[in-house]
Amino acid sequence: MSDDTLTIADRSFHSRLIMGTGGAPSLEVLEQALRLSGTELTTVAMRRINPAARGSVLEVLQRNKIAVLPNTAGCFTAGEAVLTARLAREALGTNWVKLEVVADERTLLPDPIELLEAAETLVDDGFVVLPYTNDDPVLARKLEDVGCAAVMPLGSPIGSGLGIRNPHNFQLIVERAQVPVILDAGAGTASDAALAMELGCAAVMLATAVTRAQQPALMAEAMRHAVDAGRLAHRAGRIPRRFHAEASSPMAGRAELDPEAPAF
Amino acid sequence: MTPPVTATLAIRVNGDPRRVAPGTTLAEVVAELSSAPSGIAAAVNEAVVPRGAWSATALADDDRVEILTAVQGG
Repeated sequence: MSDDTLTIADRSFHSRLIMGTGGAPSLEVLEQALRLSGTELTTVAMRRINPAARGSVLEVLQRNKIAVLPNTAGCFTAGEAVLTARLAREALGTNWVKLEVVADERTLLPDPIELLEAAETLVDDGFVVLPYTNDDPVLARKLEDVGCAAVMPLGSPIGSGLGIRNPHNFQLIVERAQVPVILDAGAGTASDAALAMELGCAAVMLATAVTRAQQPALMAEAMRHAVDAGRLAHRAGRIPRRFHAEASSPMAGRAELDPEAPAF
Repeated sequence: MTPPVTATLAIRVNGDPRRVAPGTTLAEVVAELSSAPSGIAAAVNEAVVPRGAWSATALADDDRVEILTAVQGG
């Protein structure tokens, strides 16, 4: 595994698990989970400053040498998302952005028209754009065509924990993509993360599955192992699925025994 | 009638209405909310103002100031 690094744009990562920070009951719980997840890249949201806030998620990330990936969560239009990304670049000193432009609060599904427009604008403005997208192979291709550094299709709606609802679409996206494909949203437990990697995703991004688990740190550790296991399985190449059994022991060389004369 | 020179400006800071003295800069408004040396960005009327320009940015009547930082999310 040592040489199996994830490369996005000009940066390489040993961990293929990108974490979110939303939903954790406290910064202490979050920090423990992030450590056990092994993540090297983690998202934050941009919000109005609260003078009464105690502690800072940025301090947690800095302390643990985790790169910050600002998102544009809560944006419904390309304009909002572009301005939020520019504010994040100014505040955090990074030109990386996890681009989210959602259509409505009920589904939190990406608005493909606004998303593509925002992606194009931000790429032109020098951003490394990682868009949260539908599990739509056509949209994924268009996002790549405008210069996105990765594509992040959803497995199922944000926070739903419903896993990957359309593995076939993931295979179609992975098959064609020249940039990393990263599962974003929907992972509920370790097997979902492993499946994403087995399908050929380059990485998994998740938050809720860990931060709202009964024991976030334990689930973070599970996710780390799941991503590693799924990645190894993908590289190893799985056996084809068969309708009938296929013996793994040879039939040749068996002893000649009287089947009517059992020894018991 | 010419308004008196002491007239205050009506601005909004993170959505809250505020009255400030003419000549008040963006740096002064930010300083009231945070003294953090980094991790903060500000926009005036939907335009990002780089940190280095805050102290030279005098606010005008009706300006809408947004001051953001990173929080848990995603």
